[in-house]
Formats: sequence, C-alpha cells, structure tokens
Amino acid sequence: MSLPFLLEIGVEEIPDWMIPGALDSLGSLFAGLNIPAEKIKLDATPRRLVLRAQGLPDRLPDSEERVTGPARSVPAKAVEGFARKLGVRPEDLAIESTAKGEYYSYLRKVEGRKVVDILAESLPGLILKITFPKTMYWTGKGGPRFIRPIRWIVALLGGAVVPFELAGVRSGNESSGHRRLSRDRQGAVPVTIENYEQRLRENFVILSAAQRRRKIEDGIAALSVKLKPDPSLLETLVYLTEYPTPILGEFDPQFLALPEEVLITVMRHHQKYFSVEDASGRLAPRFVAVMNTDADPEGLVRRGNERVLRARFNDARFFWQADQRKKLADRLEDLAHVTFQAKLGSYLDKTNRVVELVKELGGDDAAQRAALLAKCDLPTELVKEFTELQGVVGGLYARAQGEPEAVWQAIYDHYKPESMEDSIPRNRAGQLVSLADKLDTLRECFRIGMIPTGSRDPFALRRAAQGVVRIMAEGRISAAAVLPPNGEPLANFLKDRIRFYFGERGFRYDEINAILAAGWDDLPDVEDRLRRLRASPNVEQLASSFKRIKNILRQADFQDGPFSKDLLEPGPESELYDYMFRVAVGQPIETIIGELAPRLHRFFEVVLVNAPQDDIRANRLALLAALQRRFILFADFSEIVTNS
Amino acid sequence: MDSFQTNILKLKAYWAERGCIVQEPYDVEVGAGTMSPETFLRVLGPKPYRVAYVQPSRRPADGRYGENPNRLYKHMQLQVILKPSPADVIEQYLGSLEAIGIDLTRHDIKFEEDNWEAPTLGAWGVGWQVMLDGLEITQFTYFQQCGGIDLDLVPAELTYGLERLTAFLQVKDSVYDIEWAPHFSYADVRLQDEVQFSVYNFEMADVDVLWKLFALYEQEAARLLAAYPKSVEKARFPLLPAYDQVLKCSNLFNTLDARGAISVTERVGVIQRVRKLAVGVAQAWADQQGAGQ
Repeated sequence: MSLPFLLEIGVEEIPDWMIPGALDSLGSLFAGLNIPAEKIKLDATPRRLVLRAQGLPDRLPDSEERVTGPARSVPAKAVEGFARKLGVRPEDLAIESTAKGEYYSYLRKVEGRKVVDILAESLPGLILKITFPKTMYWTGKGGPRFIRPIRWIVALLGGAVVPFELAGVRSGNESSGHRRLSRDRQGAVPVTIENYEQRLRENFVILSAAQRRRKIEDGIAALSVKLKPDPSLLETLVYLTEYPTPILGEFDPQFLALPEEVLITVMRHHQKYFSVEDASGRLAPRFVAVMNTDADPEGLVRRGNERVLRARFNDARFFWQADQRKKLADRLEDLAHVTFQAKLGSYLDKTNRVVELVKELGGDDAAQRAALLAKCDLPTELVKEFTELQGVVGGLYARAQGEPEAVWQAIYDHYKPESMEDSIPRNRAGQLVSLADKLDTLRECFRIGMIPTGSRDPFALRRAAQGVVRIMAEGRISAAAVLPPNGEPLANFLKDRIRFYFGERGFRYDEINAILAAGWDDLPDVEDRLRRLRASPNVEQLASSFKRIKNILRQADFQDGPFSKDLLEPGPESELYDYMFRVAVGQPIETIIGELAPRLHRFFEVVLVNAPQDDIRANRLALLAALQRRFILFADFSEIVTNS
Repeated sequence: MDSFQTNILKLKAYWAERGCIVQEPYDVEVGAGTMSPETFLRVLGPKPYRVAYVQPSRRPADGRYGENPNRLYKHMQLQVILKPSPADVIEQYLGSLEAIGIDLTRHDIKFEEDNWEAPTLGAWGVGWQVMLDGLEITQFTYFQQCGGIDLDLVPAELTYGLERLTAFLQVKDSVYDIEWAPHFSYADVRLQDEVQFSVYNFEMADVDVLWKLFALYEQEAARLLAAYPKSVEKARFPLLPAYDQVLKCSNLFNTLDARGAISVTERVGVIQRVRKLAVGVAQAWADQQGAGQ
C-alpha cells in the first residue's frame, strides 16, 4: 500500500531569513529516516514548516540480519549462551567462515515495522534537530529548544494521524489559518492531506513561497509603478507574510531634497518598503509596502505607513540639518569617545594608524585627507540613527562641506567591498583608505589574539581580509610595504583568502599554491603568472621533476653542502647548470617552463643522482637544492598535481 | 478617540482580567520597565507571576529639549510580564490591541525578529518587534536569562510604547499633540520636564558630583552584597534596597554618558561594574527565594 504523508509544524513567527535553511534541514532529516518516499515537497510560511511526500509504504519490508557469535573453538557452554540470547536452539546456529576464522552465526528475521510507528517514534526528535542559527526554550528550564514556541502539529499518514507529543503539543489534523483573516479565528482548521493546501488558502494562508512571490509581483505590476529592483527585500517579504498584498503610498516631495541614499535606507532597512523610480530613473516620492493581509479598502494601512515614513524622514532631516552645524574635521576629537573595540581603544587611535598606513602605501594628499576624515561621521546623529549608512553619510557631508571629489568619494566608498558581489572603491584614494582600514582591523585583532576560528568570526575579519585581497587584485595595488611577513598567522589568513579569491576565478588550488610560494604581495602579477602557468604545455612534466627533486632531497635528508662546478659531468648536468645561471628573473614564466622542463627531464633520464662516489652524489644534491631555491622565485612547481 | 490615559486604563483593565496584578510604577528612576524589580527580580525562580504596570523610563541621551516630535528623554512603557507565558500569549496580546479599539482585520500586523539583550543586567531573550501598519508598537520578548541565570519558567515580556501607540490611534504626528486627558495635551503635562532634564543632562549636570554619587551608591550596593552570604537571617536580608542602589548607579551612568563624560576606555569598565552588581543581586535574590521555600 502506498500512502501520502503530511507534516506541518506550527510555530510562532519564525525569522524570515532562517526559513529556507530550516526547510533544507527538515528535508535532509526526513531523508535520513530511510523511509521510501517520493515527490517530497517542502513549504513554509512564517508560522509553519511543512513537509509533504507521496508513496510511503504501510510497513517496511521484512529483512534478515546476520548475527555473528563466538568462534567455533569455544566450549559448548558459550555456544548455548549465544543461542539463548537470540532465543533459539544451538542446533539452529550456522557456521560462518571469515578471513579471521570460523564463527557461530545466526540469520535473524527482522519483521518490517509499520511506518506510522516509525514516524510517531522519530518525528519528535527529528523536529527538534532542525537547525536554526539561534534557539530558545519556552516550556521551562531544560525543556525542548526550537526557534520559537511550537504551537500545533499536523502529522497525517494517509487518513490517519501519526500520534506523538512534543513540548506539550499533541499531533493531530488541525491546522491554523491567518491570524486575523482566518474564517475560524480562534479555532483550528481541520485538514486532510488532500484538502490541506486548499483549506489554508480559504483561510488566507498561501503555503507556497513561489505563489506568495508571484502575488507580490503581480500586485506591484497592477500598481503601474517602476520599482528600484531589490530581490533580497522581496525574499524577506515572501517569508514575512502568509498572505501578502502590496500597496502604494506617497511622501511629501520636499523630502527629495535629502540624499537619495538616506531616503532609500529609511524605506528599505527600517520600513521594508520598495523605492519607486520615475521615468528618468530618479527616486519618486512614492513607495510600495507589502501588507500581510488581503486589502486596504479604506486606505487605513496606507495612511498609517505614510505617517510612519513621514516621522522617519522628519527625523532624518532633523539629523541631517543638525549635523551640518559641525564640520567633519571638527569631529575628529569626538572620535576619542567612540569605541573601536574594547581592548583596541577608540576610533581616534584607529584613525591615526590608518593615516600612517595610507602614507606607507604611498597615498597622496587626497588619500591622507580621506583617511583622516573617514570615521568622522560616526559621532553624527544621522549615523547613530542609521548605522548602515556609515561612510556614505561621511562622504555626503564631506561633499556638502566642499571637500574635493577625490576625498569625499573616498570617504563615501571606504567600507567597500562589503560582499563578494560589491564593487571596490571607485578611486585610488578610496581603495587605499579601505585597504588600510581593513588591514589595520586585521592587524590589531590578530595582535590581541582575536583570530577567527571555524564559524566564529564576530569581527567579520574574513570579510575584511577578502576586501583587502580584492582591492589589491582589482585595484592593482602592490602592498608589499604593509603586508605581514610569511609565517605570521595573519599572513596565512590572508593567503587563505587569496586562494579562495583565485579559486572562485576558476584556478586550481594546486596552481595557486605553486604560484603563491613565489610571493603574494602583487596580486595582479599572481593572476598573470597563474594564466601563463595554465597555458604552458610542459607544466606537468616540470611538476613531476620538481616533486622528484623534493623527494630525493628529503630521502637524502640533505640540508646544504659544498658545490663544485668541476664535479659536473658534461652533457645534461652541465647544461642544466648553465641554464640555471643564464635565466633572468624577469623572464615570463611560460618561457622558464618551456626551457627548463625538457632540460630537467633529460637530466633525470641520463644522470644518476645517487652516484656511487660520495663527492659526486653530494655535489648533485647541492645542484638540485640550488635549482629548487632558484626557481621558487617563479613558482613552487612541486605543488602542482600531476595526473601521471 | 480615546485619550492617553483612557488607553492606559483600558490596557490595565484588559490585563487585570487575565490575572495580572496591576502594579504602580517603580519609584526609583530606571531606563526601561525591565529594570523594575517587578520584572528583573520576579522573573527569577520557579514561582508563576503575572503583572502589568506603566513604567516611566528615563533615557538621558534620548532627550531633545522637547523639540523632536518622536523622541523623549522620558517615555511611558506599559510592561506586562506573563510568567510562564501561556500557549495563546500572542492571541492574548492581539486581543489587548483590539481592547483599545484597533480593528486588526483592517490593519496590517507583522512580527519581525528582534532579540533583546541588556548586558548591564546579564539578561537576554528572543522575540519580535510588533509592527502595526509599519509602526513598531510593542517589543515582545521571551526571556531566557536574567542576571546571568537561566530562567526556570520562561516569561513573556510585552513592552508597549504608549506614546507611539496613542499617537497612532489619535492620528497625531507629534507625541506632544497627543490628548492626555480632555483639554490637556501631552505637552501640557510633560514638555517642561523634557526641556529641563535635557538642559540638565546635556549642559548642567555636575560631572564630579555624579561620579561621586555613582561611587557612593556602588559602594553601598557592594557592601550589602558582600554581607549577604554571611548573614544569619537570610530571609530578611535587604536585597531589594541593594537593588535600588544598583538602579541609581545605572541611571547615573546613563546621565554621565549623555553628558559625554565617559571615555572609551572607562566605558567598558563602568558597564562591567554595574553588571557585576546587578548579577550579584539577581544571584543572591534567587538564593534567598529558594531558601524561603
């Protein structure tokens, strides 16, 4: 018999951004039960996580299990004991031959269990294993933990309830509709597997995220306005609502005198509104809000949202005007009162260090000025209110206060890049300030041992390091003067990010490691060498030879030794030696590879390194060691993985 | 359209009907309703408790001389503690909004994640900010820890921003225009203290005196806390007065902070000092209550 299955975990409002991950987790936990099932569907709204499946068997098939007992050589008593434990007679046991010898064994029949029993037994534990970034308890200390309290559970296999209890909630067939639009508001909504989605729909819950997304998009299309595209806000709203309906609101056009960045931030981050563009792509005095309800016939919700936005914009304007009374440069001393990090002092300290770093990086006057003013927006009212606008606000104030374009743009951009997708600062001053700011954070945190481990990275140091790497690479900045020396933890941390960066760009990790061994302070050059390395046909041959050199030196435990040119044999050995000293450091790497690979190959074909004469053997080892030292300036070819 | 005071009366009546003791505001200055012993201490231990009270909450740094329509040095919170939280706590909460005349079938209500943490109290919880037509009207928190102690029963804490809520209902753009009582606006009742306390907190508070007071209150709290473990009659030991000293310290810290008198390096240390006292009181209190059973 083949049965459909429905599990609905009814929860108080789950944070929107955690829902997709929770569904993934639910899906893999269910798969882990190893119950045959097909057409598994996962759905969610803020108040429910739902798994549906078809084709579950009524019971699992019977199976056999071989139980291995004592060795054949044991006394009869032990054999009887083994049989008794299994509930059979000794003569029912078989003898099994294995590589280790002969053993008593028994083929036990295992009756297939009813699936409803397996589910009833495993679902409570399964539900509590769903992973969330942060959980709570609610039934009392030591009670179950989940993202928010579980308030109802629907668990149906075919027509029957899968009976269990979790956190004081008994599973059943009663779901729940929209908090206020549900036709039976206080009561429950009884469902069957067949009518489940329809019953929810009747009670103003759209189960499918795709359908909610479409309802929002269709609703917006019907408003005939052009939005600033914002896919992540759309995703937030899809998981923040059970029955989304967009509405159009307006604000007083006089607020358009405020910078667009400020207006959009207020709408997007604080109110979760979409911004609207006019025909020319400029911000229009309108917004789209998405309600979690069906309609706003009297305009009550629209007017409410408009008033909230007006108050927010008024605040922003108040802050904007109040902040203008004091110039950015005059706020420098206020930075002494802004904590950078408890153990690392104030932002004034940080600013002084960053200015120094920018100088070391060769920053011009504009870059140094931008470094000095970069953090001066932190004590402004506007940034205290809208922290996500740090940098941007400083840039806008700098522009309003007559700082040159190179300076204000650098301040504006200096937190960039904030993600893998984000661009790096648009001008050189901004790139240097951003690089110096991030590098300073990394240096200081590493200095006091605040080093990220595993998933713990409270200061977002990986992102800072990623920013450093991208600015060095894409801004073509050689940062040799300020990077930590090889071997330091921070150097390794940065190199990890470099590997990741080039890995994302399609290079293999072995290639990257080979190239980085020759230096990593000039990333455009690293990328250049990576491309050339990849385009060289003899690379594998050369890699094999260098691996061989490494092995030979390791086996000989060779550290260093005298070398004499006179001991060289004419032919491949001398030619290799001559080549080694002829080759110039500035040569393109593909030339080196092309010339060196056949020479080394021939050397190994013809020359016996482990020569019977001690002095010749030692001389050859010294030659190989010198070769290794010489060519690591281009790459550590032994790192490259060979197929042969 | 109900007045400010009528909304308060209705909310209190609503929660009284649901088994809450209606308490009066705590008479020591606090930054939030959570800091009143009715919340901070009552959430500890295994005894169920339900209480509702309005708590005037002082935040010196938020003062704006009465010039900003939405920002106040002192605002009124309605604080509701339901310990343990009932299974239908959200339904009960939504019912309270309907009790003050909000027809939720005609409005948009959303629960947006917002976790709460008060490092100086060693307290945190998870929950939401409740949004009504885009306006945050309530902070809804399931307490998990208080005074660094895992709570035996998980209370739901509902904190209503009364000025905002009333401005919304009365369709006012400024809290000062709210009708407090017939013929009296919010400004009539409260504008003067907004102005005067802003002047004091930002301009005239004597930093040296405040530091001295801080030290004195801290010393008194610490003295009591040190004496508690050795006290013979623990049940009558004055932990509540010790906690009052901690609240004084906390308010002085906030005033000094608004005055710009706390440097970066000092700041962390001072927060630690207040936290140490608050956690000390909570732990002694949990012990005292446990011993009494």
